[in-house]
Amino acid sequence: MKQRVLMKGNEAIAEAAIRAGCRFFFGYPITPQNELPEYMSRRLPEVGGTFVQAESEVSAINMVYGAAGAGARVMTSSSSPGISLKQEGISYMAGAQLPAVIVNIVRGGPGLGSIQPGQGDYFQSVKGGGHGDYRLVVLAPANLQEAVDLVTEAFDIADLYRNPVLILGDGLLGQMMEPVEFRQSTPRELPAKDWATTGLCNHNGQKNVINSLVLHAIDLEAHNIHLQEKYALIKVAEQKAELLHCDDAELVVVAYGSTARIVKTAIAQLRDQGHRVGLLRPISLWPFPEDAFAKVMPVAKDFLCVEMSAGQMVEDVKLVVNGARPVHFYGRMGGIVPTPNEIATQVLQIMGVK
Amino acid sequence: MVKVFDCPKSLTDMPTHYCPGCTHGIIHRLIAEVIDELGIADKAVGVAPVGCAVLAYNYFVCDMQEAAHGRAPAVATGIKRVVPEGVVFTYQGDGDLASIGCAEIVHAAARGELITTVFVNNGIYGMTGGQMAPTTLPGDKTSTSPYGRDTKKQGFPIRVSEMLATLDGPAYIARVSVHNVANIVKAKRAIKKAFEYQIAGKGFTLVEVLSTCPTNWGLTPKESLEKVQRDMMPYFPLGDYKDIEAGEKK
Repeated sequence: MKQRVLMKGNEAIAEAAIRAGCRFFFGYPITPQNELPEYMSRRLPEVGGTFVQAESEVSAINMVYGAAGAGARVMTSSSSPGISLKQEGISYMAGAQLPAVIVNIVRGGPGLGSIQPGQGDYFQSVKGGGHGDYRLVVLAPANLQEAVDLVTEAFDIADLYRNPVLILGDGLLGQMMEPVEFRQSTPRELPAKDWATTGLCNHNGQKNVINSLVLHAIDLEAHNIHLQEKYALIKVAEQKAELLHCDDAELVVVAYGSTARIVKTAIAQLRDQGHRVGLLRPISLWPFPEDAFAKVMPVAKDFLCVEMSAGQMVEDVKLVVNGARPVHFYGRMGGIVPTPNEIATQVLQIMGVK
Repeated sequence: MVKVFDCPKSLTDMPTHYCPGCTHGIIHRLIAEVIDELGIADKAVGVAPVGCAVLAYNYFVCDMQEAAHGRAPAVATGIKRVVPEGVVFTYQGDGDLASIGCAEIVHAAARGELITTVFVNNGIYGMTGGQMAPTTLPGDKTSTSPYGRDTKKQGFPIRVSEMLATLDGPAYIARVSVHNVANIVKAKRAIKKAFEYQIAGKGFTLVEVLSTCPTNWGLTPKESLEKVQRDMMPYFPLGDYKDIEAGEKK
């Protein structure tokens, strides 16, 4: 029998990680994600795992680096200002090709900002964040069932490609409660971690080194080319998106995460009124779901990107649409969550409905 | 014929990049000898710093991770928690450990993390070209204290061993020097004790080694060794600052 449990978002993500085999968690308190490390500190000892409250986000991500380099399934979580502090370690992990899952329960910014939900960390998440040419796989759940499903997926993707994966939530998802079911994902064939620094006795005496330093330009370029080839594979294989009512949609709203839930309510209202409106919801923000856009392009006349930001994902929408259709934008900032009515009004305006 | 000296098995045969007269080579050898004598090469994992020893991962015959600047104790924490049966050590300079990595070393020590840190203190940023370090002596000229370190404007050197010895997490904290043979022998003894304490699960261990930088000090190797004894040792006295088996010093 299916067992559904009512859980808070932060705790559901933590439990999903444990069920995905995560046994190491290194974190630092910051609102609105505190329930996640708190849950880990309680649960991990029960399953023989380790929780360490680090002295800072900088230290936490470097503990993740060490643990990932030693072959563990390892997670850290934080919220926007703390994720900024982790960017150094994330860049090093991308360079050293270390798998780990990082959760960002986004709040309003910039600076200390607020503790209300926001989507202002999109650029930081998908365009780099730290220094150097690298990519994270970025997964953005819109409800808690999807969040727990994506956590398992995130660990698998991280291990498969030896790359950090970011779960991009927000304060709304972290704090809300919904019923979730912890279910088995389709198992992927994952490579052995024969590169891990567990001591020579654990890998036939062959020395393993975890490192992102490549001093000679020709070698560093070769390393970068290898990374780019890996990202190209991910781009083909790991795009995820939901299409809703897009078969006949003249206007396609593009939204991710919590915002997409509100857009769905708006679209239900608009459909009831007979308007041909659909939703394209990117689930993978990187790789950006370009294939899904190709599916809706034949019918769509306009795109409307809705975000809890000043307009960040809209730049990627414009890149994909490439001038073929008008791309409109509507956003709220500072922790303000847009209402379905606001979104519907925008849609009707674009469609020329008085 | 009796062989009285040999290259330790735990050092690779790769020539090091260290400047002539620098004592990194001696300190590397001491660590490798200790690893050999304790028979732990197959379960040792080292963490290299950012600084002159950034390429240390090339020189030890054991698993290694290269950490970001100052973060070696955090990286070592992650490794040790995953591989508790391993013997994990960090090798860090004074800029790495006492400046940018001050939080990481203090908290690794406070947690009593079961790792060993070899802290190489030569009072200068060698790799980047001789800038002032948190351990640069008052009055010493560097490329960022060209008039000599003025304590009114640039503060005072940090005595790391004394500071960490106030914490309850460390099992062994010692400052040693490698400026002559007698002290090299003592330094090795301290490093060995630190590794032994880690293996016995006693707590965090750190050995601070006073070292030289002939290149950036602008001195000959011989003058550099003399400077360690004449200038550094009065400010950074040698000795065991904490040894939970022997009680605390002073």
